[in-house]
Amino acid sequence: MKTPSGFPDGPALHAVVRGRNLTGRIWQYVFLLATSVGIISLSALLYNILDSTYGLMAYEFNVDPATVSDRPLEELSRDELTVILQANISKGAFNKLEEERPFTQRSREDVYELIMERVVKLKVIETYPLTDSLFRRAAIEAEVAQDYPDAQLTFRAWLKPDFITAPMSSKAEFAGVRTAILGSLWLISITIAIALPIGVGAAIYLQEYAKDSFLNRLIQMNINNLAGVPSIVYGMLGLVLFVRALAPLTSGAIFGVTDSNGRTILSAGLTMALLILPLIIISAQEAIKAVPDSLRQAGYGLGATKWQTIWSHVLPNALPGILTASILAISRAIGETAPLIVVGASTFIAVDPSGPFSKFTALPIQIYQWTSRAQSEFHNIAAAAIIVLLVLLLSLNTTAILLRNRFSRKLY
Amino acid sequence: MTQTNGVNGSTDNFSIETRNLNIFYGNFKAISNVNLKVQRQKITAIIGPSGCGKSTLLRAFNRMNDFVNGARVEGEILMQGQNLYAAHVDPVEVRRRIGMVFQKPNPFPKTIYENIAWGARINGFRGSKTEMDELVERSLNHAALWEEVKDKLKQSAYALSGGQQQRLCIARTIAIQPDIILMDEPCSALDPIATLKIEELMRELVKDYTIIIVTHNMQQAARVSDFTSMMMLTDDRRSGTVIEVGPTNDIFTRPKDKRTEDYVTGRFG
Repeated sequence: MKTPSGFPDGPALHAVVRGRNLTGRIWQYVFLLATSVGIISLSALLYNILDSTYGLMAYEFNVDPATVSDRPLEELSRDELTVILQANISKGAFNKLEEERPFTQRSREDVYELIMERVVKLKVIETYPLTDSLFRRAAIEAEVAQDYPDAQLTFRAWLKPDFITAPMSSKAEFAGVRTAILGSLWLISITIAIALPIGVGAAIYLQEYAKDSFLNRLIQMNINNLAGVPSIVYGMLGLVLFVRALAPLTSGAIFGVTDSNGRTILSAGLTMALLILPLIIISAQEAIKAVPDSLRQAGYGLGATKWQTIWSHVLPNALPGILTASILAISRAIGETAPLIVVGASTFIAVDPSGPFSKFTALPIQIYQWTSRAQSEFHNIAAAAIIVLLVLLLSLNTTAILLRNRFSRKLY
Repeated sequence: MTQTNGVNGSTDNFSIETRNLNIFYGNFKAISNVNLKVQRQKITAIIGPSGCGKSTLLRAFNRMNDFVNGARVEGEILMQGQNLYAAHVDPVEVRRRIGMVFQKPNPFPKTIYENIAWGARINGFRGSKTEMDELVERSLNHAALWEEVKDKLKQSAYALSGGQQQRLCIARTIAIQPDIILMDEPCSALDPIATLKIEELMRELVKDYTIIIVTHNMQQAARVSDFTSMMMLTDDRRSGTVIEVGPTNDIFTRPKDKRTEDYVTGRFG
């Protein structure tokens, strides 16, 4: 058989094939490089955060705890602590505290914190990142001994169980993220509860019912564009619409709640729901579009109505995709900060949110607020809060993924 | 252009018929002036070259073309004297009376049992669990699938072979007891052995049902059908129409139309 003219043959063919394979390999390395850059950046980020979460802390006391009590403070009961507090602060200050809340009603931790705050007056001088703490310990010790002769040096884990369970505090050593975690969870629940049904409903309508008319194309185009609108714009919308215009609803006034204004979890949840709505609609539409048409035909062929077909075949088959969409939406909403600042999340709140009409704070707000403080210990707790946020995000996503896998398995 | 019907008999013998049927996709006329009478409890095959509108015609019978954007029907399709395209006729009701088996097996991604029970349930079958079990067994039996699947009714229909899936789709269709079954090249995705099984099944089913089948395979039409209708593009090659209808034997051995003869003898060019 003769090779048609115009095509390379023999050694020329080998050369051409080698050249083509080489091109392929070069591209492969380019893609590998792109992946590596991504992985390296992520690792750097994680390292940076973890580095700030643990490390040495130099601190000094106003009064050494060893001098106020002969036994370690940690072992004392509430009443014993109260006695110590009374002995070490002025009578007026003690009475004022008693007036705020009788000591018999306070918890042991509360009194302990008061002693640390009013009597011991622990002051953080300097904190050191984990790497330095491990490898330059001697140098740090020498430096602290020289600059702050009274200071003590201790290894501090900023991320510890207390950090998660403790409420907000103005002192970094006592501050925790409990209120922020609860605020974030409330926020996400409200957001998903509102955005998911509306988003999926809109997607079903647009994909299954809407005719290909000019109006519907316009709506579709608008939704696609809304997904790209900066989140701060949604914050402005939320401020005007939910916080101000719908204040009677969002403050709970029409439900008999009196002690709040419109800056509630509900307002923030509604704003966040608006923010992720286009995202959910678009992804749910894609999921519905991906359901093979042969299934719809099979349904119709058996005399099913449109709704019966959608309910029994389209939706169950689109469900994994819709859940993936909600995973993405949760991830977006839980980390979103700008709209929360605009709709008025509180930066300092020590009481847990009790319902949709509570004032609230959220993890990203806490992180934002702490990183903007000058004292280095706040940067450490910001890093710890970032880890809490990441873990919260991962666990929410894991739940959604497990749900999705369950539904996909049930189908086949 | 008028058609000559090779089928004679009283109207009573006809299950469904088209009158001056024209089908458009937007401005494009896909089917032009089809007058076809389909005999009750017989298999009528629709054959013809690709793109002549066989599937379009078939899908007109149970109004599946309604889902195609811009599809429009002129003329009438009569079933028991009722025009299926009359304004007050609900297409859902039409599809409940006229079942359909598709080209590619398309079972639902559910269990074998559910594949059959679902159609019954949505059509208002109100039987006890036992009655439903009986219906499922009867339908699978009727589709010659029961022996193969009776021990795995709760397993996914996707675990079945292609031929079994297609028989499941047939079982699903007959479970709701339609009057007519439409088959759109039901064997084109199957191997010869599975094809043979489906063909045997069709000969079995025709004792109870009227079957209209579209096929590319002329041997299949010759083997399985009682009547054959030959479709071809019109002379201006714009839209498809039925050029000849008759008992299958006549169409294949002594066609009246030269074009039919060329096609069935393989001289079509």
